[in-house]
Amino acid sequence: MTNYTPTALAGRRLPNRWDGVALLLVMGLLIALVDVGRGTISTSIATIQNSPIHLDPAYLPYYALRSTARMFAALFFSLLFTFTYATLAAKSRRAGMVLIPILDILQSVPILGFLTFTTVFFLGLFPGKVMGAELASVFVIFTSQAWNMAFSFYQSLVTLPKDLQEAARSFRLSPWQRFWRLDVPFAMPGLVWNTMLSMSGGWFFVVASEAVTVGNTTFQLPGIGSYVATALAREDLPAILYAISAMLVVILLYDQLLFRPLVAWSAKFRFETTAVSAGPEPWMLKILRRTALFQEIGDVLGGALRTITRLRLTPPVRAQIDESREPSRWFDGVWFVCIALVAAYASYRIFIFVSATLHWSDLGTAVLMGFYTLLRVMVLMTVAALIWVPIGVWIGLRPKVTRIAQPIAQFLAAFPANLLFPPVVLAIVYFHVSPDIWLSPLMLIGTQWYMLFNVIAGAAAFPGDLKEAVSNFQIRGWLWWRKVMIPAIMPFFINGALTASGGAWNASIVAEVASWGKTNLAAHGLGAYIAQATANGDTARVVLGVVVMSGFVIVVNRILWRPLFDYATRRSTLG
Amino acid sequence: MDQNLGAPLVTVSNCRQSYHKDTTAELVVLDDVNLTLHEGEIVALLGRSGSGKSTLLRIVAGLLKPTAGDVRWRGQPLRGPVPGVAMVFQSFALFPWLTVQENVELGLEALGMRNDEREERSEEAIDLIGLGGYDTAYPKELSGGMRQRVGLARALVVHPDLLLMDEPFSALDVLTAETLRTDLIDLWMEKKLPVKSILLVTHNIEEAVLLADRILVFSSNPGRVAHELKVPFKHPRNRFDPAFRQTVDDIYGIMTRRAPKEVQPATAAPTGFATTLHPVSTNLIAGLIETLHAAPYEGRADLPALAAALQYEVDDLLPLGETLQLLGFARLEEGDLFLTETGRKFADAETEDRKEIFGAALRAHVPLVNAIRAVIDQRSNHRASAVRFRDELEDHMSPDYAEETLRAVISWGRYAEIFEYDEEAQQFSLEEEDEEEEA
Repeated sequence: MTNYTPTALAGRRLPNRWDGVALLLVMGLLIALVDVGRGTISTSIATIQNSPIHLDPAYLPYYALRSTARMFAALFFSLLFTFTYATLAAKSRRAGMVLIPILDILQSVPILGFLTFTTVFFLGLFPGKVMGAELASVFVIFTSQAWNMAFSFYQSLVTLPKDLQEAARSFRLSPWQRFWRLDVPFAMPGLVWNTMLSMSGGWFFVVASEAVTVGNTTFQLPGIGSYVATALAREDLPAILYAISAMLVVILLYDQLLFRPLVAWSAKFRFETTAVSAGPEPWMLKILRRTALFQEIGDVLGGALRTITRLRLTPPVRAQIDESREPSRWFDGVWFVCIALVAAYASYRIFIFVSATLHWSDLGTAVLMGFYTLLRVMVLMTVAALIWVPIGVWIGLRPKVTRIAQPIAQFLAAFPANLLFPPVVLAIVYFHVSPDIWLSPLMLIGTQWYMLFNVIAGAAAFPGDLKEAVSNFQIRGWLWWRKVMIPAIMPFFINGALTASGGAWNASIVAEVASWGKTNLAAHGLGAYIAQATANGDTARVVLGVVVMSGFVIVVNRILWRPLFDYATRRSTLG
Repeated sequence: MDQNLGAPLVTVSNCRQSYHKDTTAELVVLDDVNLTLHEGEIVALLGRSGSGKSTLLRIVAGLLKPTAGDVRWRGQPLRGPVPGVAMVFQSFALFPWLTVQENVELGLEALGMRNDEREERSEEAIDLIGLGGYDTAYPKELSGGMRQRVGLARALVVHPDLLLMDEPFSALDVLTAETLRTDLIDLWMEKKLPVKSILLVTHNIEEAVLLADRILVFSSNPGRVAHELKVPFKHPRNRFDPAFRQTVDDIYGIMTRRAPKEVQPATAAPTGFATTLHPVSTNLIAGLIETLHAAPYEGRADLPALAAALQYEVDDLLPLGETLQLLGFARLEEGDLFLTETGRKFADAETEDRKEIFGAALRAHVPLVNAIRAVIDQRSNHRASAVRFRDELEDHMSPDYAEETLRAVISWGRYAEIFEYDEEAQQFSLEEEDEEEEA
C-alpha cells in the first residue's frame, strides 16, 4: 500500500505572523468576490432557469455523468492552479513568503464556507445564466482539491535532489524543458496520490454543491446531489436508495478505472535507487499496457506530448548560483511594505463589511458554537479511535486480510457520506431523539475511513524482525499495546486522525442541519451556524463563522496534531 | 607549465568562495585558488571532504559564481554553464523516470537538436561506453557501475571539450570502480573520448595517481591548494610499481603534514569553539586504538598500508587519525600514525577505566566539553540548552560543521559520562547520581 504523508505536515511550523497576514488576505479576497459579484448584478439572480429534477431512476445515469463531468472540470482547473501557483511559490522566495501561508489558510477554510462567496460571485458574473451556477459548483469542488495538490507539488519542488538540479542546469535545459523533464516527473507520485485522495474527498462536495440555496437564490444543477435534494424535499425514500446505488457504481468505476491504475503507474516516477517489488498490477493498467490498440494510442499521445515538452521555447537560463550574495534588504523592505499595505486595506474592508451588521456579541456566539462543534469532533474522534484502532491493527497484521480490506476502506472513504444522511435523519425524526447528539455521528461517517486505512497501513508496515522479537520475548496483552503496537502505528494514526478531524469540521456544515420534507433538524454548533447564515443570505455571519472555524482548525492542527505527528515520527524512526 | 600542452581551456585566478552568517562571521570555503587547465591533460583535485574541491569544480562548471576572482573559459569570462563543459556526478544524477537512451539524449535535447541526429549521436555514445543493449532500461534496473556508465555517456554525448568528474567512482565498490577507471583511461589513451581535457575531483589518493597527469592537493578550512605535483608515469600505470607506491606515500605525507601554525587571533583560542570535530563513534576510536596497539602494528602504522588493511579510504581514515591525535591518543606524522602513552593505557584498560581515561582526555583536549559542563554546573536546574552552543559554534564554522561538532561532543560526552543529553528537549544535563551528589 502506498503510504501517504500529508504534505502540509512535513516540516511545518507553529502559528506565526505570516498566518495572520494570510488570514486577512484570504478573507479580504472572499469579501472582494462578494462585492464584485454584487456590483455586476444587473438582473435578479433568482431568475436562473431551473430545469426540474426528475426522480425517475432512468435519469440517474445522465445525472451521474453530469456530476462526474463537474468533477473533471474542477480537476482541470486544480491542475492549472497547482502548476502555476506552486511553481511561483517555490521559485520565488518573496512570493513564497506570502503564497504558502495563504495556501495553508485556504486549506483550513471549510470548503462549504466558500459556497456563499463563490455563488454570489459567479452568479453575479453570469447573471441569470446556468453557467454561473455551474461555475460556482465547479469552484467548490476545485477548492476541495486544489490546495492539497498545490501543497504536494510545492513540497516536491523544494525537495528536488540537488544533483538532478545541477545536472539539468549543467546540460542547459530551458525552463520549459526542465519543468517537464525534472519538476513534474519528480513530483508525480505525490501529486497523483494527493490528486486521487482529493478527488475521493471531492465526491462529497459534488453532492453538496449541486443544490444550493443562498438567501433568496436557489439553484439546482442536474446531478446526483440535486437528485438527492429533491428526493429529500419530496420524502421519497426509494429515490434516495437509487441515488446511493448509482453513486456506488460511479465510485467503483472511478476507483477501478482511474484511481488504482494511476497510482500504480505513478510508481514509475518514484525517486529511488533500487527496484522495489510493487503490488499486483491493477487490471485496468494491465489492459492499457498490454493491448496493442491501447499501446498504439499511447504511443501517439506520448509522442505528441514528448515533442511538446522537448521544445526549448526559451533559451536556457545562464544564471550561476551566487552563494555569497545576500538578498537585497532594500527590495525585501519594499516587498514587506506592499504586503502590509494590502493586508491593512483588507482588514479595513473586512471591518467595514462586518461592522455594518455585526456586534462583538456575535463573535462570542460564534466562538461558543465553535466549542460545541469542537467537543463533538473530539468525542467522535475518541470513539472512532477506540473502534478502528483495534480493528485496523488486527487487519494490518494479517497480510491476506489487508489485501482485501485496504481497498475497501479507501473505497468507502471516497463514497460521499452526505448520501447516507437521509436514512439517519429519518430515524431521528421517527424516534424523536435529540439532534444535538444523534446528528453528530454524521460528521465522521465519511472521514473515519482515513483513520482506518492509515492504521492498517501502519500495522502492515510493522517490521518482521520486530514481530519476531516481540514473540520471542513473549510480550502480550496491555504491554504489547503500550510498548509495541501503539508507538508503531502512532505516526500513521495521527496522520489519519488529522485528515479525519479536518474532514469532520468541514462536514459539520452539512451534518449539523438536516431536513426531511418539511421537518428541519438543527444541532447547536458552528456548522449549523454557518449553514443557517448561508441559507439566510447573511454574508456577514458566514464570514464570521468561516473565520472562527478556520481559526479553530488552524489552532487545533498547530497545537495538537502537528506537534504530535512530529513527536511520533521522531520517536518511531531509528536515526 | 609545459610548452607542449595545448591552449588553456580554463583559467581560474585568485578565486575565493565564502558566505556570510548573519553578517557577522565570514566563512571561507575556498581561498586564493589558481588553476589553469590545458588541452590534453587530466588534472585531479585531491583533498579531504570540506576542502572546497567540489566547490571549485562547480565554479569551473559555471554552476556557482565565486565570491571573488576571475574564471575564464577559452579566454572569455564564464557566466554560466557553457556548451563545451559536461559533468559526471558522484551520485550519477540520472533521471529515474527516463530510460538510458532518454537520459543520454537529455543534453542534446537542450541543444534543440533534430530527432535523427540526436538518436545517431546517443547511439554512438552508448556503444562507446559499453551500454549497447541497455537503451530501453530504466536506471533502477541497472547496477551502480552501469549507472555511472550512463552518467558518463550522457556527458560525452554532447562532445564536450572539458569533462568534469565529481568523485565519479566513490559510490561504487572497489572492483567496479577499478573496471570503470581502466575503461576510461583506455578510451582516453586511444583518443576515442570526444573530450580534450578532464578535471577530476577525488579523495582517493591512488585514484588520483592512477589517472591524473597533474594533482592539486587541497588543504581544508579554508580550502587552499597546498601542493601541486606532476605524475610522470605512462599509462597504463601499475599500482605495485615502487615509484607509484612512493608517490602515494608522499601524498599521504603531504595530507597529514601539519599546516604551519598560524598565529591564532587571541580571542578565538581559549573557548574551543573554533575547532571542528568529526563525529567519530567511540567504538571506532577504541577499535582503531586496539588495532594500532596489536600486532602487526605494535603501536605504529603506515597510513596507506593501514588504509588498505582496513579497506578504508583516506577520507575515512584521516578524520579518525586526526581525532586520535586531537584527544592525545596518537600522533600523525609524515604518513604514519603512532600511539602515545595514553593510547596504550587506553588499549590495556577495561570498560570502566577506559571511560575514565577517555573522559580525562576530553577534559584536557576538548575545551567545548568543559564549557558545556561549566554551564550545566552553573545552572540551578543543572540543564543547558544545546542551541546556544550550536549558535556559538556557527559563529566560527558553517552550520553543517557546527552540527557535526556538536554531535561529536554529545556522543563523546555521553560515553565518558560527563553529561547526559535529552534529544527531545535539546538539553544537556547531569547524570542523575551526579545531580544527587551536588544537591
